[in-house]
Amino acid sequence: MSTPSEPVMPPRITPPAEEPRVEGAALAVEKLNAWFGSNHVVKDISISFPKHHVTALIGPSGCGKSTFIRCLNRMHEVVPGARVSGSVLLEGDNIYAEGVDPVRIRRRIGMVFQKPNPFPTMSIYDNVAAGLRLNGTNRVSVLDAAVEEGLHLAALWDEVKDKLRAPGTSLSGGQQQRLCIARALAVKPEILLMDEPCSALDPIATGKIEELIYQLRERYTVGIVTHNMQQAARVSSFTGFLLMGELVEFGATGKIFTNPKDSRTEAYITGRFG
Amino acid sequence: MKSDSMTLRRWVNRVALTLTGLCALVTVSTLFFLLGYITLNGIGAINWEFLTQLPKPVGETGGGMANAIVGTAKLLGLASLIGVPIGFFGGIYLSEYGHGRLAFWVRYASDVLNGVPSIVIGIFAYILIVLPMKGFSTLAGGFALGIMMIPIAVRTTEEFLRLIPASVREASYALGVRQWKTTVFVVIPAAARGLMTGILLDLARVAGETAPLLFTALNNRIWSHGWTEPTSSLPVMIYTYAISPYEDWHRQAWAAALVLMLLVLVVNGGARILLPRRRETA
Ligand SMILES: Nc1ncnc2c1ncn2[C@@H]1O[C@H](COP(=O)(O)OP(=O)(O)O)[C@@H](O)[C@H]1O
Ligand SMILES: [Mg+2]
Repeated sequence: MSTPSEPVMPPRITPPAEEPRVEGAALAVEKLNAWFGSNHVVKDISISFPKHHVTALIGPSGCGKSTFIRCLNRMHEVVPGARVSGSVLLEGDNIYAEGVDPVRIRRRIGMVFQKPNPFPTMSIYDNVAAGLRLNGTNRVSVLDAAVEEGLHLAALWDEVKDKLRAPGTSLSGGQQQRLCIARALAVKPEILLMDEPCSALDPIATGKIEELIYQLRERYTVGIVTHNMQQAARVSSFTGFLLMGELVEFGATGKIFTNPKDSRTEAYITGRFG
Repeated sequence: MKSDSMTLRRWVNRVALTLTGLCALVTVSTLFFLLGYITLNGIGAINWEFLTQLPKPVGETGGGMANAIVGTAKLLGLASLIGVPIGFFGGIYLSEYGHGRLAFWVRYASDVLNGVPSIVIGIFAYILIVLPMKGFSTLAGGFALGIMMIPIAVRTTEEFLRLIPASVREASYALGVRQWKTTVFVVIPAAARGLMTGILLDLARVAGETAPLLFTALNNRIWSHGWTEPTSSLPVMIYTYAISPYEDWHRQAWAAALVLMLLVLVVNGGARILLPRRRETA
């Protein structure tokens, strides 16, 4: 099925050529629109994130990827003047329905940002424990267990287990990003969203995090924004291509990269623009 | 042609450099001249007696300003009790919650308040506290200084909280942490050093205020008990003693000036030590 002359670099983890098996959507987005003031940035996007898969969103810089992904855990509205319409179904319930508390949604849908942003005054331990502590969990045994599990899941435990009291900011960039992943996982979300988590990192740190993302799909549904197509090919089972705020094409990653339907997708993945 | 304009530029450069250097020099030398002059004149009159005794009756030599030192401490303590919480919470509101019209007016009001002459604030405290209570008091003086502390506390708190990048707040929101908890447990600790610095500088600024105290705390040649009696304070003592005809009082005014300067210098120095470092200590 896949043509022998693949347009992208040979991925380290080959995207499967056939349709990945899907057992329901963890997150179903319907006709989502988002604005900054009068600037209409996300236009009528409908897409679903299959459970226990990594779904990648690719597209040129400024096409609305960050804005879109921030709508999925109600982080978009944190910006003054920002507005959203449409619905996002989490396990069937619309997170934008009347009376839904955005804070509760964010506990179920974690997020990792482009630039590592550990809490500046907190130790490694405190960073990972922060989400639980600030939501009222104070039992030391619970926190210890959650911190250790989070750091294991983020593949950081072995590197920091002897210096949990050191400041989070004393770690390298790649370690800081994994710390942020550990911090997000420690509150046990159902879904993890990542906005270009590797764009501030060197290739080795990037490799580690990609490996990690690939592992995470066994326990979480992952949504990742990237402008790096090889990365999307390496880690995801589904890919959506965004252009100027619209979803141009969505499908199995193998299909999108080898046999895109839309000519604009093809132009983008073969590097003719973007 | 070309070399002509180059020569001109070099000259302009030299003149500008000399001027800016000169101004910097004037600033620094003024400070050192002031420090040196006050130290030279004040050091001779500072002794144990000056720091621990009450003023002697008019005409007798010797005595000290213990009551003025304690008075200043009490006034500043009371002023902080009023100015710091109001300024602190106002600043938090402006930085973390204030986006609308109200915030604009709060900011505007605090800037105007900052520009109100201190003597007017003295009169305000006089009308509000001295007249109803029928007497000058530490309470009235501390109130006046406290009012003076508010606008700077508001603006420094706001500025230092704004220095904490939005990404830190977002990290907390994304964990499902409520905004007030983010403010209290994430943003304020991250800005703690800066906030302390701002408050100390604010305190140092009002420590030397004299005019508002003339209407409120007045002066006292004996100990002032509690909060409702007139009290002596270093700035007012300096003023009173410096314009007196007595040689001995002049010496004591210098000594009081030196004590006040040292107080301000120590507070300023403390603020410098606390000032936010570029990177957090690793
Ligand atoms: N905080 C903001 N305020 C106003 N406009 C913004 C803001 N963030 C992004 N935008 C605008 O939204 C558009 C999409 O940006 P973004 O979602 O960050 O794109 P991407 O992540 O794909 O690079 C851009 O045109 C940008 O100018
Ligand atoms: Mg982006």
